[in-house]
Amino acid sequence: MPTVRMTVNGRAVSGEIEARTLLVHFLRNQLGLTGTHVGCDTSQCGACVVHVDGTSIKSCTLLAIQAEGAEVTTIEGLATGDELHPMQAAFREHHGLQCGFCTPGMVMSAVDLVKTNPDPSEQQIREGLEGNICRCTGYHNIVKAVKAGAKAMNAGAMKG
Amino acid sequence: MTTETGIGAAVKRREDFRFLTGRGTYTDDINRPHQAYGYILRSPYAAAQITGIDTSKAKAAPGVIAVLTGADYDKGGLPCGWQIHSKDGSPMIEPAHPPLCKDQVRHVGDQVALVVAETYAEAKDAAELIEVDYKELPAIISTAKASEDGAPQVWPEAKNNICFDWHIGDKAATDAAFAKAHHVTKIDLVNQRLIPNAMEPRSAVGDYDRATGDYTLYTTSQNPHVIRLLMGAFVLQIPEHKLRVVAPDVGGGFGSKIFHYAEEALVTWASGKVGRPIKWTAERSEAFISDAQGRDHVSHAELAMDKDGKFLGLRVNTIANMGAYLSTFAPCVPTYLHATLLAGVYTTPAIYAEVKAVFTHTVPVDAYRGAGRPEATYLLERLVAKAARDMQMDQVEIRRRNFIPKDAFPYQTPVALQYDSGDYEATLDLALQMSKWADFENRRAEAAKRGKLRGIGISTYLEACGIAPSAVVGSLGARAGLYETGSIRVHPTGSVTVFTGSHSHGQGHETTFAQLVSDGLGIPLENVEVVHGDTAKIPFGMGTYGSRSLAVGGSALVKAMDKIIAKATKIAAHLMEAAASDVEFKDGNFTVKGTDKSIPFGQVALTAYVPHNYPITELEPGLEETAFYDPLNFTYPGGTHICEVEIDPETGITQVVNFTAVDDVGRVINPMIVEGQVHGGLAQGIGQALLERCVYDEDSGQLLTGSYMDYTMPRADDLPSFQVATHGTMCTHNPIGAKGVGEVGAIGSPPAVINAVIDALAPLGIEDMSMPATPLKVWQAIQSAPKKMSAA
Ligand code: FES
Ligand code: FES
Repeated sequence: MPTVRMTVNGRAVSGEIEARTLLVHFLRNQLGLTGTHVGCDTSQCGACVVHVDGTSIKSCTLLAIQAEGAEVTTIEGLATGDELHPMQAAFREHHGLQCGFCTPGMVMSAVDLVKTNPDPSEQQIREGLEGNICRCTGYHNIVKAVKAGAKAMNAGAMKG
Repeated sequence: MTTETGIGAAVKRREDFRFLTGRGTYTDDINRPHQAYGYILRSPYAAAQITGIDTSKAKAAPGVIAVLTGADYDKGGLPCGWQIHSKDGSPMIEPAHPPLCKDQVRHVGDQVALVVAETYAEAKDAAELIEVDYKELPAIISTAKASEDGAPQVWPEAKNNICFDWHIGDKAATDAAFAKAHHVTKIDLVNQRLIPNAMEPRSAVGDYDRATGDYTLYTTSQNPHVIRLLMGAFVLQIPEHKLRVVAPDVGGGFGSKIFHYAEEALVTWASGKVGRPIKWTAERSEAFISDAQGRDHVSHAELAMDKDGKFLGLRVNTIANMGAYLSTFAPCVPTYLHATLLAGVYTTPAIYAEVKAVFTHTVPVDAYRGAGRPEATYLLERLVAKAARDMQMDQVEIRRRNFIPKDAFPYQTPVALQYDSGDYEATLDLALQMSKWADFENRRAEAAKRGKLRGIGISTYLEACGIAPSAVVGSLGARAGLYETGSIRVHPTGSVTVFTGSHSHGQGHETTFAQLVSDGLGIPLENVEVVHGDTAKIPFGMGTYGSRSLAVGGSALVKAMDKIIAKATKIAAHLMEAAASDVEFKDGNFTVKGTDKSIPFGQVALTAYVPHNYPITELEPGLEETAFYDPLNFTYPGGTHICEVEIDPETGITQVVNFTAVDDVGRVINPMIVEGQVHGGLAQGIGQALLERCVYDEDSGQLLTGSYMDYTMPRADDLPSFQVATHGTMCTHNPIGAKGVGEVGAIGSPPAVINAVIDALAPLGIEDMSMPATPLKVWQAIQSAPKKMSAA
């Protein structure tokens, strides 16, 4: 079985895997990072979104070996200790989650969305999250959260 | 208590931190030592005889531990929790429902074999090596045609595929009302089948402990005790004290996780057989063919009116599709959760409804958010809208004229229910104002200038929830009680653990219930912890569905708090050397009336556990109480939903441009959570109206909408932001005044959307539109419309 090496949430990891192992299964089953979810088998739902080398990607569409040498960030790596990332904090503040199942993917997508478009309009947020399905919230509060999260991320970036 | 955390405060959710940081524990996140994996081989045919199964190659495949088929399965079938009797008094047809099929498969996705292997991939690979000989049989899929003569039979014992033929109401009185009608409006409607699609696929881990003989099942369930009862007592015959069911964090349910499913029984049973924990998790494509589906009614309805548009009588005839087997609560959905709602918010004096339930070679149908009540509301509100057009009356006026007035409560309907409270004029007026109803024609004219067809639609709805008074539902066929339980454990230092039989799979009980208890006991929110979802921890509870958590589960907690306060008052009286009748409890303090003698809750708690100075001959030490709350009636949320759409006649695309919902949900504990519940329900209702439809091929019975490529889930850019408000009249018979909020959005909204679409298309002479109003359907209607669009 091939061995794969990558950096996940700042930590160097490696594992022996079957060649067909998807990145999401490597993260969940081998690394125990169960915050990344699997909601479908057709790459349609976005529950599995992580960042690979700084860009959001559906981790069910990538073989783990394709991420060889990559920097991967999962939802577990977004907060700094107990301090939530501004986007996480905005989801909490604006009730952008209910059952929480879509949430990790939604937040990871939203962070990437704001990185590419620091001041997205409501329509741009709705279009930007088109690849993430939420069955609970009706998206109303997710949109609000992403708007607020974008503001907070920008403020943080200015400070930083 | 502090207003920032008490009843009515928009407290931020306590569960969010773990969900936002990836530390939730959903069933598929749970791994047991030495765990094996299960894969279920499912039928590729809608109807077929199994003439042979050869598992030898699969058994020899790498990593395989066991391959189990119907021939190996020696336990019971999945039970149905509700029995309906037909008009003639005969009980419904209740076919066997084995977790593994032996001789025949009856829908695509029916379970044929369970493969257990070291890894999931090995189990799945091995399943491909199982050779099943099928003799394909003709299938019946169509709801409307299932009971026609000559249709393929799903079950030999169900002649013409009829499960039951039921009715409610007074036929003679209804006939008499129609005889004196000035006008009768008629409508034919299909309430299409939906697939619930909670984002977390179902999952189950069965874990048998040889050392103790105990079984544990971790499962994606809305009601772990119900699963324990059904699976333990009826299916696997495991006594309840040897079976623990845990429903940890659950990623949405919407009804689909109420029911006891084959896979839960299979992993539990097989775990005992192979002596290893076994995990099974559905792939999404499996969920599409194995999660109970929703709706699927074909109805004809007629409304008799006098010359002023007053409703005189209503006749309804519905065919409801049950699928191939009876799922846990399927029979009550089109009957007692549907036909009893047909009075809606109106004073219609005579109603008669007939409901025929049929079997087809499709996935079983059961409760999905709203369950029967969206079907009733859609029927009634489409019919009322059509009646207004027939009578050339205003859509608002016809409703006002027929509303049950606010001083008429309690109000007895002709279809069994007695509404306790409501103010339909108030929710209507607020919704009209918020939606700027009065200015609509200006917006229509402005849209027309841009070449768009704009329409507005209204739905004034009511639902019955807070399910349910046990004696009442028992007399109607329920095989369970529908009370709820709650325990309050006060710890020696005054903090509290709350154990509830309700289950949260997104509703936020860890926050709302903590607010309720913190407010009731006058202690800080952070001193209250809420525990749910584990039969080893909580008292026997019935779980969450039918918008019952706060109205029934919350009420159980209030009853438990009453007991705590009663006992604590006696302890406080002893400490203050006063009579208990002179001691009152307020804001966390026990005070001797008319004095400044007072001691806090925490001191009483400590005394209960360190009973040195204690009325020990009259009172046991400790401070922990359990209450069972059986509601006296259903609760009756209601309100007004107004939808405004814009249709592009070039593409047929319908855009919801405004949506206003004003709901009476009774007492609100946490308005932020209540609004979130409404938003989610609206998305599902708008999804039904415009996007979602479960489609089977009528000949082969193959599911054509078996993935997210084919089944249109509402996405962020399909929906608008919503305007929501609540206007509460209190429930009169539970101690909180809560009515329930989980389902209102999905119940009230579909007819508002379709009425808006029809209103937009009305200038072209179009009078009907079925759900979902897809771009193709709308475009075709415009193309073949009696009138053309006038040039703007
Ligand atoms: S799991 Fe659905 S997109 Fe990856
Ligand atoms: S919060 Fe449940 S799916 Fe989005």
